[in-house]
Amino acid sequence: MLPTLNGRIQTRIFLLLVVGGIWTLLLTPMLPLGASIGAAYGATFVVLLTVLVLGIGWEFVYHLLQQFRWEKDWPTLFGLVTAVNEGFVVWLLVRDGSAPGLPFPVTTGVFLVQFLTTWLLVWLAAIGPMRVPFVHWRFRGGRLI
Amino acid sequence: MRDDTIPVPGAADRAVAYGDLTDDLLRTDWWTDAMLARADIPVVDIPFVSIGGGIGSFVTVDYLRICGVPPSAIRVFTQLDTPWESYEYLTRVSQIPRGERLRSDSASCPDNIWGFPSYALREAMATRSLKPLAHVLVEPIFDDYWTPKAGQAFDSMEQEYHRIRYPEMVVKGQVRMVRRRMGGGYFTILTPPAGATRTKRVAFRSRYVHVAVGYPGLKFLPDLMDYRETYRDFGSVVNAYEPHEQIYERLHRAPGTVLVRGGGIVASRVLQRLIDDRDARGLSTQILHAFRTFVDGPHGPHAWMRRPGGDGWAYQGFNYPKSVWGGQLKARMRKLDGQDRAALYEVFGGTNTPKRRGWQAQMRRGRQEGWYRAFQGEIATMEPGPQGTVQVQLKTATGPARAQVMGVIDCTGLEADIREHRVLADLLDHGGAGRNPLRRLDVERTFEVRGTRSEPGRLYASGTATLGGYFPGVDTFLGLQIAAQEIADDLAAQGFCQALGPVRSVNQWWKWVCGERI
Repeated sequence: MLPTLNGRIQTRIFLLLVVGGIWTLLLTPMLPLGASIGAAYGATFVVLLTVLVLGIGWEFVYHLLQQFRWEKDWPTLFGLVTAVNEGFVVWLLVRDGSAPGLPFPVTTGVFLVQFLTTWLLVWLAAIGPMRVPFVHWRFRGGRLI
Repeated sequence: MRDDTIPVPGAADRAVAYGDLTDDLLRTDWWTDAMLARADIPVVDIPFVSIGGGIGSFVTVDYLRICGVPPSAIRVFTQLDTPWESYEYLTRVSQIPRGERLRSDSASCPDNIWGFPSYALREAMATRSLKPLAHVLVEPIFDDYWTPKAGQAFDSMEQEYHRIRYPEMVVKGQVRMVRRRMGGGYFTILTPPAGATRTKRVAFRSRYVHVAVGYPGLKFLPDLMDYRETYRDFGSVVNAYEPHEQIYERLHRAPGTVLVRGGGIVASRVLQRLIDDRDARGLSTQILHAFRTFVDGPHGPHAWMRRPGGDGWAYQGFNYPKSVWGGQLKARMRKLDGQDRAALYEVFGGTNTPKRRGWQAQMRRGRQEGWYRAFQGEIATMEPGPQGTVQVQLKTATGPARAQVMGVIDCTGLEADIREHRVLADLLDHGGAGRNPLRRLDVERTFEVRGTRSEPGRLYASGTATLGGYFPGVDTFLGLQIAAQEIADDLAAQGFCQALGPVRSVNQWWKWVCGERI
């Protein structure tokens, strides 16, 4: 990918809300959260929003690192492996329920299923299918507006 | 849009007069309909014409067809049999036959404006192998950039060529000039093949013109030309872009030394061919490699702008830093004008080649075994030596040197001035076109040629003639598509075609997936 900072942030918000949001809607009832469906959705959407909000901060770090690359690109692999650092920080916040708005702590297993499947879907959408509805997107550094 | 779609009054061969250009026409910048009538040049109405007929015309027409312009509203003027004919010739002689891989990204697909599915995904599906996908996943960190085979690019373009009914839009002939029309739009003068029409020239009256005439020509360096003209020896000192199998055959018949000059991808390919031959045929070819600028390490103005390099080469995956096709450098250049733009071109310009693991291993082996020697140097003189050899006098960093070689393969070249192309020269002289900071054709961000407007008409250009504009990567598959997108967006804003919003885009993509003719 060839993102600009603005494009990174826009793409993250769009994909996490649309792809991540739909996936969270579908996935939540299948997760063993041991809570009412309302509380379960409350928990999974707070996790999703935490990934989104912290992720915007991460994008600044990635943008800085990207400056050391002559090509000013962001290889496909980087988009996948950044799940590790981002996932770790979010996990620290959700395992003890300290993420703002989280109704109850989320177990590591449930968190991993939600986080990794969402990450994978968003990453897959970003490396190809995103270009189908948004034919200008890849030439504008990932900007949608 | 359909209001613009003027029915074409038949093919050009319905013309009835013997019209040719008159002095009056040649001298005049703006033509009237009456001037053409007086010259007996038949006039054909068509809303959009594209001049060139290579890949630049193809991707632009592809985009417009996807945006809803019917074939009846487009004509492509060309002397080529297929849009990829010139490109395939150049790649073949520079050691990339159909089975070899291009220097192009997986998602740069001239047959598919979305770049999805990418070439790697398509190759994975065709070969039922995950290897191309695994390769793309780890590039360029743990492997070289994955690049498509030339044959895949040509075959897929051929499918799209039929899907969009491209042959229906082609008119064979040579374009002589484009002139602005009093009252709006342009006249494009075509010289059809001898005997194809009843007049020498045919004029196409259009609202829009697109010029994509490709490379004006490759100029051989003066020392190469001097040697060939002085000694009438055209077989020993060659440019890599011309057929030069005789050098490889000569090295096959008898052991010898060859001098390679240049630091670009063509030099890399030629070295690969020489070394492959050496290995496969058990030859003992000695390779001398002269770099005019010998790069011995990473280079650039500061830590955030440093290009990798070493052993003579400047390394870069593609012919520009990748982000010129969509990222930071594209956004940055888009804002620059004049000298600021020229200065940024200077920073990421220069000859370069990809750092491919296979090539690195070959050269390493050559250096260790002493049959490959790279050095900073320039050719001072060349003259014929004994038994068909060439005596080369070199100016090197360590002083003068002499070499007796069986052949010199020059992998450098100067691109000719845009004026070398007749249509571009006429646009500069009579069409109002000007030059950009790199002395090529000056275009707007929309790829409209600045100064050529003939309201409500527009004249656009794409491809290498526009290098130096707000978008740098013009002479590449993806660059041509980016230009096509800008042109299509500008035409959509004028109501000539549909805008490519998400709904239309998904719909058209699905038709592409199904191979549905449009």
